[in-house]
Amino acid sequence: MSTTTETATGIRPFTVEISQGQIDDLRRRIEATRWPTDEVVEDASQGVQTAFLKELARYWAEDYDLGRLEERLNALPQFVTEIDGVDIHFIHVESPHENALPVIITHGWPGSIIEMLDVIEPLTDPVAHGGSAEDAFHVVIPSIPGYGFSSQPTEPGWDSARIGAAWAELMSRLGYTRYVAQGGDQGAGVTDAMGRQAPDGLAGVHFNFLDAIPKELLTAGFTPRIVFSHDEREQLGKVVHVFMRGYISEMGEHPQSIGFSLVDSPIGMAAWMLDHDPDSYTKISKAFLEGEQTGNLSRDNILDNLTLYWVTGTGASTSRLYWETSRSATASFKNPPPHMRLPAGYTVFPDELFQSPRHWVKHAYHHLTYFNEAEKGGHFAAWEEPEIFSEELRAAFRSLRDEGS
Amino acid sequence: MSATAETAAAIRPLSVEFDEEQIEDLRRRIAATRWPTKELVADRSQGVQLEPLRELARYWLDDYDFGRIEARLNALPQFVTAIDGVDVHFVHVQSAHEDALPLIMTHGWPGSVIEQIDTVGPLTDPTAHGGSAEDAFHLVLPSLPGYGFSGEPKEIGWALSRFARAWAELMNRLGYSHYVAQGGDVGAGVTDAMGRLAPEGLVGIHTNLLVPALNDPGALPAATEEEQAALAAIKTFQTSGNGYFVEQSTRPQTIGYALLDSPVSLAAWMIDHDTDAYYKIAGAFVEDKPSGNLTRDHILDNVTLYWLTGTGASAARSYWEAYGPDAAAAKQAPPPEVRLPVGFTTFPGEIWKTPRSWVEKSYPSVVYFNAVDKGGHFAAWEEPELFSEELRAAFKPIRQGRHA
Repeated sequence: MSTTTETATGIRPFTVEISQGQIDDLRRRIEATRWPTDEVVEDASQGVQTAFLKELARYWAEDYDLGRLEERLNALPQFVTEIDGVDIHFIHVESPHENALPVIITHGWPGSIIEMLDVIEPLTDPVAHGGSAEDAFHVVIPSIPGYGFSSQPTEPGWDSARIGAAWAELMSRLGYTRYVAQGGDQGAGVTDAMGRQAPDGLAGVHFNFLDAIPKELLTAGFTPRIVFSHDEREQLGKVVHVFMRGYISEMGEHPQSIGFSLVDSPIGMAAWMLDHDPDSYTKISKAFLEGEQTGNLSRDNILDNLTLYWVTGTGASTSRLYWETSRSATASFKNPPPHMRLPAGYTVFPDELFQSPRHWVKHAYHHLTYFNEAEKGGHFAAWEEPEIFSEELRAAFRSLRDEGS
Repeated sequence: MSATAETAAAIRPLSVEFDEEQIEDLRRRIAATRWPTKELVADRSQGVQLEPLRELARYWLDDYDFGRIEARLNALPQFVTAIDGVDVHFVHVQSAHEDALPLIMTHGWPGSVIEQIDTVGPLTDPTAHGGSAEDAFHLVLPSLPGYGFSGEPKEIGWALSRFARAWAELMNRLGYSHYVAQGGDVGAGVTDAMGRLAPEGLVGIHTNLLVPALNDPGALPAATEEEQAALAAIKTFQTSGNGYFVEQSTRPQTIGYALLDSPVSLAAWMIDHDTDAYYKIAGAFVEDKPSGNLTRDHILDNVTLYWLTGTGASAARSYWEAYGPDAAAAKQAPPPEVRLPVGFTTFPGEIWKTPRSWVEKSYPSVVYFNAVDKGGHFAAWEEPELFSEELRAAFKPIRQGRHA
């Protein structure tokens, strides 16, 4: 087992520092927001609604503790190490339990390590959270290059595959010789790439988003003649809908153009990030307008994530990941990546963008060792339902522990 | 012929005024811009590049004269009249020539009347601009509801056909019983809708963007090299540069926040329209090499107009209405064919170069087609003289019919 104190490989401890000047500037900008007129519909069909965003702005400027972010992150062991020319920031919490299984968990967009903070305890200290010592994980939560406190790539090419290779190097540098990987959203793309690369030491993967939507299914989605069951057609419709979202088009095509607003206007940034999917939008909007919080998606947790994007000024660099993955996805239609042979687990969350039928997952990952439908949670599963998410990881990886012990 | 004095009850003169505080606030925000890191590529493939936008911001703040818009617009007769519940702002310049043909010209997005005001001279006073008295137009340049100095619709339903009906009412209110219509971009959509609606008095249309090609490119001839090239150009646009289109037609309010709150974001979003226009505008700022009339000042007149009127969100909503899957327009039966005489001009820098065969297929009643050698998507703005010559030529057969 590694320890980061050995730092022979260049792992430096990291502490978040946000200056008062940055915080004052953010608050000034929120208060000086020039608002558009209200949408002319009664629902979210024209995008983020003004009444909700005005309440979020009010809470952000008046009630939110802008020191929270620093406090929450600095309560955890954080490090930075340079890999492939980029400084990778990560949280690394080792379990007190012997034989804990190392897991590397990758966030997505518009997420960050903030999504994962509340799964750290259930995963590293399961006994205190309804599990047993045999369920323990050592947890590594890196920030994708261009996100949060990782540095920004200065050249193109940082797609999921390159990030996946960097993660393998990170786990190796931490001394982990047998570990697993997990991800949703863009993190599922990174985890999928790792599974296909199958670096030494990687024993299995778990997803809560099907990034590897089988090519033939996607093609079918655009060819309505091909007959599926009613439920599958409904799910396929949802998949196709994901690709029709404006943020996917814009960030996939012109991340720099939208990047200007994400860095210059806190409210422009908040609107863009909160418009991810209808389910999380409804939940977050309720938290602000009705004080009715879904799971762990509290106002403060939402603002921790927005504030992290703002203070790190990463609106453009985070968007560029879509440009990269859009290019590599196009390329992979011509040159499909190798099959994944490692054991894979999958959890369907009921409020996710689409609910993958088991055989879609099986089609993508032949060695499917775990499949389950959770009772609650949406796209930001770890964030919204940290306990359920942690239970899923315990269950998904249980069969992989024996081999190593 | 109309006179706006006769309908004083309904048509009010308007002059544009901005207060100094608005301009100070804009300058403060430009100066306080927080910039992203530079794109990782050497071209437009990641969107608006940092260098031209920084230069635009510098020029806007240091060199641009914020009094220009007021001076330019107030030099023209402007009016407002309420139609269908919305105040419609328009420029109305009557030609000194008898028998001038009334023409209503519609701007698009990210345009405004600013695109068109340098065609006022050539169109209304052709003898001073290389034409003859028989080429003269009375010119009406309205701002679309939600744009510029027009009011913002407060209810849904302002799709292209509703703009078209409002324009017919405007021309009627101005006393024009025999007129033509012209447009590019969204304005081509409005003009196409007017052609299909065929209100009494409308005798012909001209567009410089082939609307039916965007609606259903698959239905157009694809045999020749020229047709293949045009199809490929549409595909390139739809896969590498239409994020703004998807966002505005599905989530106009979401992008609206940035467009109202950050001047530099507004500028970036607006100049990211199409590859040809982008490089021309970037060239104007970085190398001080404007293409035709697309000068730094003219670009900033337009961006400043959007900023000072605070219409980023309301203008974006016009895409939701016209092209969005959630709008009522998407569920309506397709409108009838255009039977009125149609003119079309292909400008070479347009998103795709429209072949004659496509115009003939889309508009069987085409009476004029020409492909010119200069100009792009913002044809009236970039090449006002050439654009005006095209309108003279396109509408000549219609004038002759009128006198026959």
